[in-house]
Formats: sequence, C-alpha cells, structure tokens
Amino acid sequence: MIMRRGMSIFNVATVSLGLAFLYLPIVILVGYSFNASRLVSVWGGWSTRWYVELAGDSAMIDAAWTTLGIAFLSAGVATLVGTFAAIALARAGRFRGRMLFTGMIYAPLVMPEVITGLSLLLLFVALEVDLGFWTITIGHATLTISFVAVIVQARILDFDRSLEEAAMDLGCPPVKTFLTVTLPLIAPAIASGFVLAFTLSLDDLVIASFTTGPGATTLPIRIYSEIRLGVKPEINALCTILIAVVAIGIIAMSLIRKMSGERPVATGLRA
Amino acid sequence: MPGRDHKNANWLLRLAVIVPYLWMATFFLAPFVIVLKISFSHPEIAQPPYGPVLDLTAGIDGLKAFFGDLAAKNYEFLAFDWIYVSSFFKSLQVATYSTAMLLLIGFPLAYGIARAPRRWQGILFMLIILPFWTSFLIRVYAWINILQHDGLLNAILLSLRIIERPLVWLATDTAVYIGIVYSYLPFMVLPVYATLEKMDETLLEAAADLGCPRWKTFWLVTWPLARKGVIAGILLCFIPIVGEFVIPDLLGSSSTQMIGQTIWTEFFSNKDWPVASALAIVLLCLLIVPIVTYQQMQMRAVERGH
Repeated sequence: MIMRRGMSIFNVATVSLGLAFLYLPIVILVGYSFNASRLVSVWGGWSTRWYVELAGDSAMIDAAWTTLGIAFLSAGVATLVGTFAAIALARAGRFRGRMLFTGMIYAPLVMPEVITGLSLLLLFVALEVDLGFWTITIGHATLTISFVAVIVQARILDFDRSLEEAAMDLGCPPVKTFLTVTLPLIAPAIASGFVLAFTLSLDDLVIASFTTGPGATTLPIRIYSEIRLGVKPEINALCTILIAVVAIGIIAMSLIRKMSGERPVATGLRA
Repeated sequence: MPGRDHKNANWLLRLAVIVPYLWMATFFLAPFVIVLKISFSHPEIAQPPYGPVLDLTAGIDGLKAFFGDLAAKNYEFLAFDWIYVSSFFKSLQVATYSTAMLLLIGFPLAYGIARAPRRWQGILFMLIILPFWTSFLIRVYAWINILQHDGLLNAILLSLRIIERPLVWLATDTAVYIGIVYSYLPFMVLPVYATLEKMDETLLEAAADLGCPRWKTFWLVTWPLARKGVIAGILLCFIPIVGEFVIPDLLGSSSTQMIGQTIWTEFFSNKDWPVASALAIVLLCLLIVPIVTYQQMQMRAVERGH
C-alpha cells in the first residue's frame, strides 16, 4: 500500500523500536532514582531517600546555583548576539566578509567541543583573565550563539515579508517597523533560541571544564567527577530532577508555540 | 533591503553584523591563532606552562627571540609516537562505523515518521528531539546503570539463563558504540526527516502506477530526494564524533583512547599544553573538509530561502 500515506508494519516497528531505544534508558534511570537499595541489581522498594540526601548536599546545591547563573547569563547574551547574527544572515545581503561571518556562525555547531574549549582557555590565559564564572559564561555564550542564530534565521526567512513592506509603504520608519512588526513575528523563535541556549549551557561539561577556575564548579563538572567512580543513587536522583526541569520547560514551550499557531522549528538542524 | 530606501535603517543592520562579528572573531577565531602559536612552543614549568612568551615591551629583539624559539618539534613528536597516531586512527574508525550504524538505524526511523499520519508527525517529531534537550551527560550516564557489571542488562540476561556468568559490557568498544548511536540518533533523524517530509507523494504514486517495483521506486525516487538530508545527517554526526570525549571516557576502555581523550589527558593530566594544542590543530586539519562542506550546505540552504 505504497500509495496512501500510511505506515507499513515495518514503519511502525522501526518507529516504536527507535523510540523505545531512545526512552528506555531514561525511564530506567528515573526508576532507579526511587530505589531504596544502594545496589543497582537489587530492588529495595520505592523510596525518596536519595532525594533527601541530595537536598542535604550543600556543595551540590552551590554547584546548581552556579550552573543556573551561568546558563541564564550566557543564554541571555547568546540570544541577543545570536538574534543579531540571524538578522545579518537573513537581511544584510552581501557585505564585506560575509563568507567569514557565515563560517564563524556555523562552525561551532559541529566543532568538537574539546577544540573550542581548549582554544578559549588559551585565549583567556593569554589575556591573563581570571578563570571562573565569567569565563565559563563567555564560553557557553560563544557556543550557543550559533544555535540561536540558526533557529531565529529560519523563522525570519519563513514569514511573509509583505507585512514589513506594507508597514513601510504606509510610512512606518524602518526601525519602528522592525520593533512593531518583525520582532513580534520572530519572538517565538527568539524564545526557543533562549531555551535551547539555556539547556545547552546547563548540560555542557567539556567547555566548562576547560574554562573553569577556582570556586566555579558547575553541576556537569560535579556529576562527571562523581560518575567516573561509578553509579551513585544520589546522582540518579539529581539526573531525574534535571530531566523533569527540562521536560516541563519543553512542554511549556510547545504549548506557547501551539497557542501562537506556529509549527515547531525544533532545533534549526533541518537541512 | 529595507535600508535601500531608508538610510536610517542601516545602523540597525550594521549593528546586527558588527556585534556578532566582533564576538565570534574574538572568542572563536582569535583563539585558534593562539592555539596555532602555542602548538609551536615548548612546555615549561611556569605560569603559563609554555614558552616562549611573546614580550611586546622588548621591541624588535623580543619579536626575533620569540620567533627564533618557535619550532615544529611537537608535530614531529606526534608523527613518530604511536600513541597519538593510533588515537587518530581509532577516532576516525569509531566515527566511520558509528555514523554508518546511525544511518542504518536513523533512516528507517525518519522514513517511518515521514509516512505516519500528519496529525501524528508533530508528536513523533517532538519525541525524537526531546532527548536532544536533556543532558548529554545524563544520557550517557543512564547507560552505565544498564551496562555495568551488576547492571540491568546482565541481570536480565542471567535471569533468562542466556548467559551463565555476568558479561563485561562497560569499558568496551561495544559500550562506546551504543553510547554514540544513542546520543547522536536525533542528529541523524532530524535532517533526514526534514527532506523526506517535503517529498511529493504523487511521485511515488506515479512510479507505482507505471509498475515500478517498490525497491526500485525507493532507489530511483526516494533516495535521490533524501540525499541532501542524509549528507547533512552524516556530517552532523561524523564531525563531532571524531572529537568526542565524554562517551569514550565514561563508557570506553582506557587502553585505546580516542583523540578527544588524548587531548584532554595531555592538557589536564600531563599539563603539556603545546602537545595538546598541536593535537587540536591536527584534528582541526582532519575535519576542515567536512566542516567546510557542512557550512556550504547550510549557506546554500539560506540562499534558497531568499
């Protein structure tokens, strides 16, 4: 039945297996976080003791605040600069150095983080900047500008330009047109750019490890140093909380999108 | 161009070009120049732990001394030390095999979603990208729970009496491949789905009406249309996998390292910044062709949108 839009048994099987593969490990992780037993192989009944222990771990809570601060600031900077970059890519036409500009915007999307992190650190050392909170923030902003730019640019190219032209034909000055017509149209994309930048920053281990300094430990750095020594139930609980936070954010965002009547431009990674 | 008729719009566009330009030039481009420079230096027990350090106050003599002291020794060192050469090979091998696996798993998955009823596609698409938003580190960690010695996989296999004794899953190449395929699957599915979704169904109908067998329709119609997405997916996976650090470090064995791990070790454990920089430069040179190809594709996609 190739003619109708419909799924063959093979299609249904691949999609279900693929989704199971993607979600089972996460479901298992969440399940283990409620396991009363310290051993993974033993199910000791339901318990929230790991969450209680986590709440008493002040170093972990400090790391959580540092991480949130960095994520918030870097996502803010990345959203501003990335939106500018998107406008430049979509609207500035041909300008001198456009090739280099485009290259610098797209390269971080695929550049191995080990290279980005190492080179940023060497820059900070050469400039004799104190390493810590601010250097991680700059590092994360640099990484996430590209993601914001790609998402917002897709939206700018997507909407109907005649709206802008109509405003200007009616004598609205360009800057005002931008603020009152263009900006509201691309606002949902800017918002999801911010959320993506925020979660990427929350998540990043490699760039943070390179650009961190004394006193600035982020959650991924803490988690990484703990899990190198093996599985810990407290970490299962922490990961569950992080997953829940991100899931709630995503659901809220897709509801906003649904209300604003836009189809999901998920990550801008569409070819 | 809004600025053509209204000159005062220019400053906004100019700002939109200049701000990101300066930011990326300072924090993305300039650092590579420094990495290049340090890769020609030698390690020193000092702060910073490399020499020579450029002293601009010493004038021309300082410059001369600086350039006279730079050498390609690190690169010679890399070329003749089997550890480095083998970790490059290992990275390319892992990236090639896992990208192939990703394509084999990701294409049918994307194809299945593209053929699903319209009202389901949004939800299925959402489900594929959702893991992309949850932490990479957490998703890799989730597999440790499953693959470790007394983990879930061994427990299940033992209780089903498929195996007699627990098998070693963690710290093997198998675990690295599982981790990579798991983490990068959305990167393969998204671009492939994006091209398949736009495909004109009537082409398939036409082929079927004319008696073309299904495999031939796939090969002659679907595949050429999906090629762009497939290439984008391959590049999006292959390039970062070559430099991957977290997955082989947490799931792999310590005997054969991937290049990302080698750079990490040289930098953090051995404190040999010049060798780490030289490794980063070699890695960048290896990846420059795929990276530029990817950029060209993205740029053409933008031009099409105009």
